[in-house]
Amino acid sequence: MKLVTISGPPSSGKTAVLVNVIKSIKNSGLHAGAVKYDCLATDDDALFRSLGIPVQTGLSGNLCPDHYFVSNIEECLKWGISLNLDLLVSESAGLCNRCSPHIKGVLAVCVIDNLMGVTTPKKIGPMLKFADIVVITKGDIVSQAEREVFAFQVRRANAKAKIMHVNGITGQGASELTSLFLQAPETETLDGGILRFSMPAALCSYCLGETKIGMEHQLGNVKRIKIKQEQP
Amino acid sequence: MIDILEKKIGHLTAEFPPLTEFFSDYGITFNDLHATLGETLEGLAEEHYEDMGIDREKLLENLDGFLQRVTLSEIAEAPTVSEITIIGGHDKNGHPEEIELTLLRGSVTSIVGPTGSGKSRLLADIEWMAQNDTPTGRTIRVNGQKPDPELRFSLEYKLVAQLSQNMNFVMDTTVAEFVFMHAESRMISAIDTLVADIIAQANLLAGEPFTAQTPVTALSGGQSRALMIADTAFLSSSPVVLIDEIENAGIDRKKALSLLVRKEKIVLMATHDPILALMAERRLIIKNGGIQKIVTTTSREKENLIKLEEIDNKFLALRTRLRSGEMLEEL
Ligand SMILES: Nc1nc2c(ncn2[C@@H]2O[C@H](COP(=O)(O)OP(=O)(O)OP(=O)(O)O)[C@@H](O)[C@H]2O)c(=O)[nH]1
Ligand SMILES: Nc1ncnc2c1ncn2[C@@H]1O[C@H](COP(=O)(O)OP(=O)(O)OP(=O)(O)O)[C@@H](O)[C@H]1O
Ligand SMILES: [Mg+2]
Ligand SMILES: [Mg+2]
Ligand SMILES: [Zn+2]
Ligand SMILES: [Zn+2]
Repeated sequence: MKLVTISGPPSSGKTAVLVNVIKSIKNSGLHAGAVKYDCLATDDDALFRSLGIPVQTGLSGNLCPDHYFVSNIEECLKWGISLNLDLLVSESAGLCNRCSPHIKGVLAVCVIDNLMGVTTPKKIGPMLKFADIVVITKGDIVSQAEREVFAFQVRRANAKAKIMHVNGITGQGASELTSLFLQAPETETLDGGILRFSMPAALCSYCLGETKIGMEHQLGNVKRIKIKQEQP
Repeated sequence: MIDILEKKIGHLTAEFPPLTEFFSDYGITFNDLHATLGETLEGLAEEHYEDMGIDREKLLENLDGFLQRVTLSEIAEAPTVSEITIIGGHDKNGHPEEIELTLLRGSVTSIVGPTGSGKSRLLADIEWMAQNDTPTGRTIRVNGQKPDPELRFSLEYKLVAQLSQNMNFVMDTTVAEFVFMHAESRMISAIDTLVADIIAQANLLAGEPFTAQTPVTALSGGQSRALMIADTAFLSSSPVVLIDEIENAGIDRKKALSLLVRKEKIVLMATHDPILALMAERRLIIKNGGIQKIVTTTSREKENLIKLEEIDNKFLALRTRLRSGEMLEEL
């Protein structure tokens, strides 16, 4: 089975793009399934289910959804294989700009949209910088010039990725994306697999449930802001 | 790649100015211009890489890709386009659009039809070089052939320059920064004078002037259009030009058109304006999402164009008077 990890900031169009890809996968007679990871709630499962494909939802609650993803993706992979799927797509929440669900040897896609502003590509961490394919959505809302400027900023953040414009609503560009999905490597197991980039250390007292503010309550991996003295 | 690590920062940034910007994206600023790039990158704490969400290996890979791109687009030229062909799909009700239309280099074609009939969609199909993968099911050929799929996604070679109908900016930059970034993305050199030229031209088209420091999001509809017209005219060498409703927002449309429509290009423009429609040698009539008819502009029509322009000039004079606060009691 082919596994594809899809990341990207909230509401960037991940599901909209995947819906179009899944439709064209189905048209070619193949079987797809989807897993959606999110934090608190999601409606994406209903959307995927309406396409008539099997879906799993993982809500991470008070954990970082990407950390939760790593602990659970193997299980989901086994589930997909047991259903004899040809393709399993895993959509992550994209809430943490520092975490990314990309795994070495597994096709990694990042979805961002044209409305996020020019500086966004450099602000998004490994989920963009380590992706194999960067999909840019909502090109219909901006001018060609803005699309070009934005794509150029993406190129600077990830020079080797394939950058594609896909429209989540009309599906324009989805068939090319689908053909790239179908060239993804087969993943039979993730046991011993390696993340493309480490997830940040989250081991301070607040990770463990502390709510009080103040030095004396801070333990473990704590990093301090450097207050700069600006000359007026 | 190894070579570049041994070059001194001062030399490198002089040779490739975009590199300064590239490294600043990764939070790297150069203090010692005499150090080599390799030394500088070695000198960064592990923590710095972790904070940036990238490791040294991936950063070098990106640098390599970025440099390849800079050098590549300097040598290569976009392939020439002598014709494009539109092969019909279907209208909004799914009825086949039986048409195969070839547009030659040097031709101007207008697109007319009611609001919502699909004029912009036709332009979008051409920009995208549709391969039966848009709502209309149309297919576009370039020089009689299916365009190279790589070309569709290429950021370097743009076969099509498009002046779209929606012109609302979302980026938080000034006019000068925006035009600069756009020129940079097209790997154009001598950007600074070009930016000034574009802004000057745009101001000739628009009414109320704007400056290089005006935020793009603060431009009016007409000013945005004027800026995009000048930007397209000066920055793009694309062989195909698509124009969507240049007549809106009160810019000088004849001046705009003369900037955009240069020889040797394939031009298509969607319009509601009779003068613009008759200026083209052919017009496509769109109805319900499909090309319903193709009309060649007759010589009678061309003669009427002169009359139309007289009417238009009268109208424009009235508009100027209105804009400057005069009464229109005498016409
Ligand atoms: N105009 C336009 N809207 C789009 C496009 N792609 C997606 N959208 C809209 O953007 C909104 C968010 O899209 P989703 O697909 O739900 O985004 P997501 O990334 O899956 O969001 P989460 O799963 O909540 O993080 C929806 O209303 C989509 O219809 C596009 O290409 N153009
Ligand atoms: N053949 C078609 N099949 C399905 N949908 C279509 C077709 N042609 C156009 N449409 C859709 O119809 C809608 C209106 O089309 P479009 O925006 O191109 O109209 P227009 O002629 O440019 O209108 P205006 O004059 O107001 O700019 C769009 O959503 C477009 O995608
Ligand atoms: Mg979603
Ligand atoms: Mg339109
Ligand atoms: Zn995280
Ligand atoms: Zn913590």
